[in-house]
Amino acid sequence: MNSKNPQLNENGALKHLLTTEGLPISVLLHILDTAESFVGVTERDVKKIPLLRGKSIFNLFFEPSTRTRTTFEIAAKRLSADVINLNIAASSESKGETLLDTVNNLSAMNADMFVVRHSQSGAAHLIAKHARSDIRVINAGDGSHAHPTQALLDMFTIRRYKRDFHNLRVAIIGDILHSRVARSEIHALTTLGVPEVRVIAPKTLLPKMVERLGVHVYHSLEKGLKDIDVLMMLRLQNERMTGANLPSFEEYFKYYGLTPEKLSLARKDAIVMHPGPMNRGVEIDSAVADGKQSVILPQVTFGIAVRMAVMSILAGSQT
Amino acid sequence: MRIHIKNGRVVDPKQGIDVVQDVFIAKGKIVAIGTPPNEFQANRVIDAQSLVVCPGLVDLSVRLREPGLEYKATLESEMAAAVAGGVTSFACPPDTDPPLDEPGLVEMLKHRARNLNQAHVYPVGALTQGLKGERLTEMAELSDAGCVVFGQPDGLLSNLRVLMQAMHYASTFGFSVWLRPQEISLTHHGVAHDGEVATRLGLPTIPVCAETIAISNIILLMKETGVKVHLCRISSAEGLVLIREAKQQGLPVTCDVTINHLHLSDMDIGFFDSNCHLMPPLRGFSDRNALRQGLLDGTIDAVCSDHAPVDEDAKLLPFGQAEIGATGVELLLSLTLKWGAEMRLPLSKTLRKITCDSAPILGIDAGHLSVGSAADLCVFDPEEYWRVSSNSILSQGKNTPFLGMELTGKTKYTLVNGQVVFES
Repeated sequence: MNSKNPQLNENGALKHLLTTEGLPISVLLHILDTAESFVGVTERDVKKIPLLRGKSIFNLFFEPSTRTRTTFEIAAKRLSADVINLNIAASSESKGETLLDTVNNLSAMNADMFVVRHSQSGAAHLIAKHARSDIRVINAGDGSHAHPTQALLDMFTIRRYKRDFHNLRVAIIGDILHSRVARSEIHALTTLGVPEVRVIAPKTLLPKMVERLGVHVYHSLEKGLKDIDVLMMLRLQNERMTGANLPSFEEYFKYYGLTPEKLSLARKDAIVMHPGPMNRGVEIDSAVADGKQSVILPQVTFGIAVRMAVMSILAGSQT
Repeated sequence: MRIHIKNGRVVDPKQGIDVVQDVFIAKGKIVAIGTPPNEFQANRVIDAQSLVVCPGLVDLSVRLREPGLEYKATLESEMAAAVAGGVTSFACPPDTDPPLDEPGLVEMLKHRARNLNQAHVYPVGALTQGLKGERLTEMAELSDAGCVVFGQPDGLLSNLRVLMQAMHYASTFGFSVWLRPQEISLTHHGVAHDGEVATRLGLPTIPVCAETIAISNIILLMKETGVKVHLCRISSAEGLVLIREAKQQGLPVTCDVTINHLHLSDMDIGFFDSNCHLMPPLRGFSDRNALRQGLLDGTIDAVCSDHAPVDEDAKLLPFGQAEIGATGVELLLSLTLKWGAEMRLPLSKTLRKITCDSAPILGIDAGHLSVGSAADLCVFDPEEYWRVSSNSILSQGKNTPFLGMELTGKTKYTLVNGQVVFES
């Protein structure tokens, strides 16, 4: 029943990054501005700076991931930290060790920061609450709850291409129900002052009362894309197709897949984003994914700068 | 043993008594209230000045975790917790390991409990073997062994035909059936109410219709079979509408609410507080308010603690993986008083929800202070504050959403059959 924001310290500075919900706009902008300064680093010949020299960062991935883990690893190495990757899905948990036992053991190995991905919503909060107080936690995705660094790199990308958040219409399209990315994007967009955020999906892929998060709900892609500046596509996971959520990939693509024709309904200068990995021909047509409005690859590049920014800010904050 | 309880505020909701007077106890029974019987010589005098003397509480759901789950709690620890909470009679659900589906298990439990000489334990027999929802249990034999009612604590049977037959069979012998209305196919892997909080936290949900569909099915099956049903742990406003209607039709249905659902809503999950991982899930604020109102207007008959001690490690997990349940038997009195105070009820109206209104659901003669009845009493200080903490709770389970809260109402003495079994 403690309602204190667990990711801020007593001075309101970022201590852990667990979710974009409830973060003050000043904190979000500070991360984006810091990331701006790291973009240059990633483009240099010598891509290392010594900000986190001597720090140990543990990538704790309780759920398989290649892309996110790799970008965190690259970000940490560019800051000169030592990185230890643990694919825990295949080790401790299968031996019956609890999440917190694993964390406590690793803390005893003098970890400074944990980057955590877990299939259960709230896992990163749990670790942040129980880990030693000098340890910093970055949520790299927990269940359907949050994926804050993905949302931040999306914000960074939007700002790069659109400059100002205050005159944008943004649409998030696809499986909102199961998407931690969508939730984190919604909170970040509304905090940064985007006046209109839409979610577009069939009713089976929308959580209850989603409009309470400050979004407008559309069930038709055609109607939802009108006047849109930014399209944020979501990955439709294969395993969702086995349940009673959707009848087939084909029907989904026909009504919710992003084709060049559908994209033409948005503003002419609209950008198309996707957190990856893409299912071409399911949620997005190749012609769009590889088209000139797509900023999907720059997203990946910016992801490293944003994660460097988050790590350096956390490493510099007080307990 | 003859006991004289002096100067207490005697509150007996059943007889409508609320007056400062003395209670006289001999040979395990209440022998007089007000004036002492001729030549009454007390062995012990209890000064109850500024304390309330009321019937011992009757709790409709206390898990003892025996047999089989002793790492969570033991009979000793939980029986001690019950009397520390002023509870003198309680029902224990059959979801032990193995479940209470055989007369031998029930006899053993009754025997072990009797030897501890504390509260009266009333086992709820399993409605189906192994609680699997496939075959009926030997209800008549179980009744001889000490089961008073029969239940299926973990949601509605997936096979409605078996449920109907179980209800038919139970009604043959006049047994009542206790069911927690929750349609399993709609529960799936859900852990939270289908509302704004679960949407924000990305938790899998259990919609309200899981409860209402189950209630509707049970009501229709009651009409088919004529059995008496108690619905355990109602969580939703819409569920109450259906129960109210069934009661108006004259169906023999009763229901209860837990101390948690009476005070909390899904908002209390906060940042994934696993102590709020309960079943049914904590629902919305309007549901909580409807439950408080439903208890007041009598749609809900009783409050129970839904006591479920959980071992600490099982709660130190992400919300969805953390074990379900909260400790509660020691909070029943305080949290019922809190509801009564917030609804501005006279003490007698509040206390009946955990005494004379809950006892008949269990089919026992308890929960009142009639002369000649067993001297099961709770003597409590209605003004004393206490803080809920792992130190102040005797139960082996320290898990409750109310940890850290200050509550009023503290048990000072508990008497069972005229013996002081707890005092502080």
